[in-house]
Amino acid sequence: MFANYDFDVIWRSLPYLFYQGMTFTLLLTALATLGGIVIGTLLALMRLSGTAMLTLPAAAYVNLMRSVPFVLMIFWFYFLMPYIGQWITRSAQPLQVGAFASCLVTFTLFEAAFFCEIMRAGIQSISRGQMAAAQALGMTYPTAMGFIVLPQAFRNMAPVLLTQTIILFQDTSLVYVISVTDFLGAASKVAERDGRLVEMYTFAAVVYFIISLAASRTVAHLQRRIAIIR
Amino acid sequence: MNYHWNWAIFWELSPDGVHTYFQTLLLGTGWTLATAACAWIIALTLGSLVGALRTMPFAAAVRFGNVYVELFRDVPLLVQMFLWYFVVPEIVPHAFGTWLKQLPNASFYTAVVALGLYMSARVAEQVRAGILSLPRGQRQAALALGLTLPQTYAYVLLPMTYRIIMPPLTSELLNTIKNSAVALTIGLMELTARARAMQEFSFQVFEAFTAATIIYIVINIVVTLAMRVVERRIAVPGYLGFKAPAAGH
Amino acid sequence: MIKIDAISKWYGPTQVLKDCSAEVAKGEVVVVCGPSGSGKSTLIKCVNGLEPFQKGHISVDGISVGDPNTDLPKLRARIGMVFQHFELFPHLSVTRNLTLPQIKVLHRDAEAAADNAMRLLDRVGLRVHADKFPGQLSGGQQQRVAIARALAMDPIAMLFDEPTSALDPEMIQEVLDVMVALAKDGMTMIVVTHEMGFARKVAHRVVFMDKGEIVEDAPTADFFDKPRSDRAQLFLSKILQH
Repeated sequence: MFANYDFDVIWRSLPYLFYQGMTFTLLLTALATLGGIVIGTLLALMRLSGTAMLTLPAAAYVNLMRSVPFVLMIFWFYFLMPYIGQWITRSAQPLQVGAFASCLVTFTLFEAAFFCEIMRAGIQSISRGQMAAAQALGMTYPTAMGFIVLPQAFRNMAPVLLTQTIILFQDTSLVYVISVTDFLGAASKVAERDGRLVEMYTFAAVVYFIISLAASRTVAHLQRRIAIIR
Repeated sequence: MNYHWNWAIFWELSPDGVHTYFQTLLLGTGWTLATAACAWIIALTLGSLVGALRTMPFAAAVRFGNVYVELFRDVPLLVQMFLWYFVVPEIVPHAFGTWLKQLPNASFYTAVVALGLYMSARVAEQVRAGILSLPRGQRQAALALGLTLPQTYAYVLLPMTYRIIMPPLTSELLNTIKNSAVALTIGLMELTARARAMQEFSFQVFEAFTAATIIYIVINIVVTLAMRVVERRIAVPGYLGFKAPAAGH
Repeated sequence: MIKIDAISKWYGPTQVLKDCSAEVAKGEVVVVCGPSGSGKSTLIKCVNGLEPFQKGHISVDGISVGDPNTDLPKLRARIGMVFQHFELFPHLSVTRNLTLPQIKVLHRDAEAAADNAMRLLDRVGLRVHADKFPGQLSGGQQQRVAIARALAMDPIAMLFDEPTSALDPEMIQEVLDVMVALAKDGMTMIVVTHEMGFARKVAHRVVFMDKGEIVEDAPTADFFDKPRSDRAQLFLSKILQH
């Protein structure tokens, strides 16, 4: 059955797959996670602020991102970015933004909505007493939030944040729809060029599986260690 | 901004010569909802089964359930769709493979299977969590009355589980609808694909994507409200309810 | 009727039941008492096979519980069990809680099952709540329904696992009254409980357990007036205070 298959194509394209494709994937994952958590935390703070001027836009943004398919958002930003760039830089023509930059902005802003909900749950799980105690000691709200509440919230939500990162890692494959060369894109290019779809897509599936499995096992292990310490 | 706005584009004829752009978007919406509905049926059935298996007192069943969930959860949906669409027809017996490749609406069936199985793993997680959250005595009381294990799951454990996991299950239903968009990569002309096609042919980028966005938001609102009605109708009088955590997308 | 013969059980490395033996004749009411962790609930759950055991034999009406060939659901249908936390099925009405097992296990037809249910609800004094849901009833009412549910299966024996421990004090008596009536009607009962008043009233024998062993097994009067072991004496002195 496997006589017609040429698994050599995998070994031959390994450098391309990993140096071009996987580095793009991992870089996008890492940067989008960091940016997403930062913006997500800001959004969470806005939603918990109590002032309508902050909560309403934040809530609207989060709900919008969560109502719409990621693929559609990727298209939105892909076409929107040149015009936003033009508006920001006041140039005559729509700004040509690179593929990576476009993807980074898309992923960061999209995932921020999900990180927002995670951080919101995390912040709310820290008892009000903590904030009260901090303020009773004379700390301002920002200081108390920054030094007392957020550190604890992060620690509590670390496993969930990491799980969302794994989801982000898998979602990077969707950049395929704008023909960007991430790991899947690279595998796809090789598959089409050499006519080896079965081998390449199977290989891609296996690689994603191994990485995701290892990552989620690590998260579970970390979760157990944190639980023991607590 | 050098963009030429034309909101009347929706009423203009699309390249297929028969439908207006608006009608193509509606056709796409139909495919989106059909794909999501069929996939959800698969997801709910298989997911409940696997979720229940993971709570049974048989090590083999639990292991099978865990492997199943891990398999469908650790590979991106897009890759899974490619596997079903490109790889499966090649590795099955030749005659079957040829038949698969010539199937009309192949992308629809592929999308339904791929999406259904992918979401079934997530449903299984919810069902398992729901069953485990029930008091241990429920299972014991059912068994003590002489109900067999399948009867215990069917009449006692699963009915309460579904009520408990309604909120996260609603999330997963909405995710199913959103994830149907991934099938545009294998040729399914669902809503996002139609919006993209409209953009490609008419160059009215923002009109096309705004329309799609609004339609998705409307679907979201309708489904959420409908599920809330269902939740209220099946609510058990006097039961205080359990707050289950929400799922990531 | 019920023969418990040298039962030993381990949870992993810990031994929770040590060589327990007892016999319950037809129509006898046996109370099992002892400090928490003594294994009383575990032992009673071995009788209808809800808990497996590694050593020994249990037989109910001649049928071996531990035998892999035994049809366990069928046997369990003939033994009634009442749980500490009532364990009514919250998504079913009171009536349906009683009729579902009759229909699905005993294969009775719906009408016969419903009639039986009504009769039993009458017996425990809750007929007026037939269409309510468990969540709408008080603890004492739920436990009485649970007793009716077990009785609906026409059991040859009833097992009670701390039936009043989860009840507020003012509701304990209504449940005990039902159990006393049941005992007086000649039902074979094993009752794990701290309610010594109940024991003195209807129990024929008292079994005292401590740390997984049966320490004493004596007729009621003997147990209360002349406890033989120190541990039983200590236990009695503690609980009979209040």
